[in-house]
Amino acid sequence: MTIVLTINSERHQIDADPSTPLLYVLRDNLKLNAAKFGCGLGQCGACTVLVDREPVFSCLTPISVLDGRRVRTLEGLGIADKPSPLQAAFIKEQAAQCGYCIPGMIMRAQALLEKNASPTQAEIRDHMQTNLCRCGTQMRILRAIDRAAKDMKTADAGTTTGAAR
Amino acid sequence: MTKPFIPPLSRRALLAGGGAVIVSFALMRHGLAQEAPAGPKLPGDLSKTPMLDAWIGIDAQGKITVFTGKAELGQGVKTAFIQCAAEELAVQPSAINLITADTGRTPDEGYTAGSHSMQDSGTAIRNAAAQVRDIMLSLAAAKLSIDAGTLDARDGKVSAKDGRSLGYGELASGQALHVAAQPTSRLTPPDKLKVIGSNLPRVDIPGKVTGAPMYVQDMRPDGMLHARVLRPANYGARLASLSADAARGMPGVVNIVQDGSFVAVVARGEFEAINALNVLSQNAQWSDGPQLPEQAKIYSTLTALPSQDKTILDKGDPAQPGVKRLKATYLRPYQSHGSIGPSCALAIWQDDMMTVWTHSQGVYPLRNAIAKMLSLPSDKVRCIHAEGSGCYGHNAADDVAGDAALIARAMPGTPIRVQWMREDEHGWEPFGPAMQTQVEASIDGQGKLLAWQYDVWSNTHSMRPGGPGNLLAAQYLAQPFQPDPPMPIPQPEGGGDRNAIPLYAIPNARVVSRFIPQMPIRVSALRGLGAYHNIFTTESFMDEMADAAGADPVAFRLAHLEDERARAVVSRAADAFGWTKDKPAAGWGRGFAFARYKNLAAYCAIALELRADRTTGNIELGRVVAAVDSGQAVNPDGIRNQIEGAIVQSSSWTILEEVTFDRTSITSRDWSSYPILRFPSLPQSVEVHIVNRPNAPFLGTGEAAQGPMSAAIGNAFARATGTRIRQLPLSPQRVRATLAT
Repeated sequence: MTIVLTINSERHQIDADPSTPLLYVLRDNLKLNAAKFGCGLGQCGACTVLVDREPVFSCLTPISVLDGRRVRTLEGLGIADKPSPLQAAFIKEQAAQCGYCIPGMIMRAQALLEKNASPTQAEIRDHMQTNLCRCGTQMRILRAIDRAAKDMKTADAGTTTGAAR
Repeated sequence: MTKPFIPPLSRRALLAGGGAVIVSFALMRHGLAQEAPAGPKLPGDLSKTPMLDAWIGIDAQGKITVFTGKAELGQGVKTAFIQCAAEELAVQPSAINLITADTGRTPDEGYTAGSHSMQDSGTAIRNAAAQVRDIMLSLAAAKLSIDAGTLDARDGKVSAKDGRSLGYGELASGQALHVAAQPTSRLTPPDKLKVIGSNLPRVDIPGKVTGAPMYVQDMRPDGMLHARVLRPANYGARLASLSADAARGMPGVVNIVQDGSFVAVVARGEFEAINALNVLSQNAQWSDGPQLPEQAKIYSTLTALPSQDKTILDKGDPAQPGVKRLKATYLRPYQSHGSIGPSCALAIWQDDMMTVWTHSQGVYPLRNAIAKMLSLPSDKVRCIHAEGSGCYGHNAADDVAGDAALIARAMPGTPIRVQWMREDEHGWEPFGPAMQTQVEASIDGQGKLLAWQYDVWSNTHSMRPGGPGNLLAAQYLAQPFQPDPPMPIPQPEGGGDRNAIPLYAIPNARVVSRFIPQMPIRVSALRGLGAYHNIFTTESFMDEMADAAGADPVAFRLAHLEDERARAVVSRAADAFGWTKDKPAAGWGRGFAFARYKNLAAYCAIALELRADRTTGNIELGRVVAAVDSGQAVNPDGIRNQIEGAIVQSSSWTILEEVTFDRTSITSRDWSSYPILRFPSLPQSVEVHIVNRPNAPFLGTGEAAQGPMSAAIGNAFARATGTRIRQLPLSPQRVRATLAT
């Protein structure tokens, strides 16, 4: 069965079982690397992507529910030579160790900053609680999100899709 | 993949045109043993691999390649190695191409473990680079007929004052670098350092924050198939019956590979492999495995097992009663590495050669284990490190590499990618062992420690391959391999008894290491090994003794520390925290702890404050301040990142983590049954101060904070609540129960 998905502003015809979780379509069919398999249970957030404006666990989201909706992955934010404000803030704060959780962290944080341009520390911590980091990089991740929020006030939100502000 | 699928084995192609190295690395290594010079020990791992061109190659165009046998595990070593090389070669860091652990190309540096990378490989690379730079200078001096002392090496060329210059590529032709290293090098003096000591941004972070293919999980060579391995619920269970037909007929399924009780499904798509695994699982019957011990009695069960006892410190009479004598027992449960990404590997069996991409910490030992498992000569197996999710010790990385090799062997020419499922990673990884410690000490009339008696019970802390039987899959084959007999890791580094010897000056002291060979639960190396619990014990008990002496905990430690660097770190952490200045707010308690990791690596002291909620049992971490001495700091921000990470990870271990099991199997199989720290429970702030020691040897840092953080939490908890908990973790449940009584 063919399903049309809009991912990072591009339309893709996907030939897969509609029950297939988005994560496997991103990784296997579209060869996008950012979203990671972590638990397959919605407990760790390594697979987090945005659907419309909401962060979702792509490991649990069947592609059948994505018709007509806009999927954004880390690859849609920016590239190493031209990172988005949030990606740039993660680089400036050196907010990674192994980095496996980071794509999910950035996408979840992106959702927050698109809705709340000036989140408090408590709001950031609360919003990020669904995502796990095992290296213990969280203090840097918090700093990076805070920095990005400040940077984004003087620039656009930094998504390639012109995200709502 | 855009890169050639299998990197060339010979370094000739890598250094095309240079001719600096004209034999394959495997051949060259063969000759090294004979060429190793007698005499003083060479710096770092140059002592094991002395030829300079095993570490540094320069091609005809001057392109520099540096080889390390250590692996990037997320700890940032790639960047630090590049800094060491760039500094001494006098080139920009961007001019260095670094190749990490690969049995086809790099030196054998054993495991990337024990906080050894900077000491062993960083030291080797820095010294090799300094010696290569001097070779460039002397070759240029000969060619230009000029005194080498008047020449300047910079940015890949050697220049004379008269304007003439020669590039490294021209100078390094022939066998110029195929020489053994010298015991001493002309290292850049501390006041001239430009790259070492700078916060060079990590080379891997831009790719990691933009979704570049950075991990073994991201490799997808043409024709690659996905595999999943069927595992029983219990240790030691054997496949009694299997009906594979239903799985075989499922969409995308290409093959079912079986060898005894090892069964894997191979499919075109990853999700198809997972679906088929589920069906396979429903159609498999397994025999029972051995009964597991009762978790509630795990410590008495372990300590009742036969142990091999060794006295590792014995001076004076530790039974001296003094004016006060205290005794306590401390417990630490089995704990999980808990990698966020389950372990993964990619293997291909092609042209009689098995190539495995792996995030193992030891590509050479893994290669040998896989070769034995497959009855291949070791030169027919190549293991290439590719990054995975952080491992923090011996997780399932080696096991999954063994899985991939077995499946690939059954399907010649097909790249096979295997990733474990979450429940397998949580259920089958070798855990950090449960431990028990007992400590008894006395003080004299002056409030000084008089005697110290310390006993530690532990399983081994390393079941790494090793033999093939240390690979999980090998234990399930029709002709199974048995795990190696467990061995203690000897002092001075130690395993279960790592950091069991206190660094404090105590006139009468005995430390007994009680090694328990029998392992009811699968265990191996978890970050810090026994140091985590021995430091938790020692540093908690130091506070108990300080209380007995009526002394301030920091002053009490300083009164017993003779090592100036230890004293400096303790004072720095205390001062930066404001230990003696202001009092904690009502309900809050402060804790302090210190250790020198392994008594021979980095020094680390931590001060923190916390409070506990009696109703929920939750611990709220406030400010955390750490000081660390890692010797000459190569990348201060890298050190900070490691210490911050260790503080957060150790908080999680200390407050939350405990592997659970019933009489048949491990029951903590996901993040709900094995919770770890989430954002809202992080400390308010974490501050790391570096005591830099220019010119001093690099001291391993990666594990230095694990132990001190646990004891600082325990000590602060005791001061905040008036109650000490000596059993880890200080979980909400245990805190509630303890404070209710």
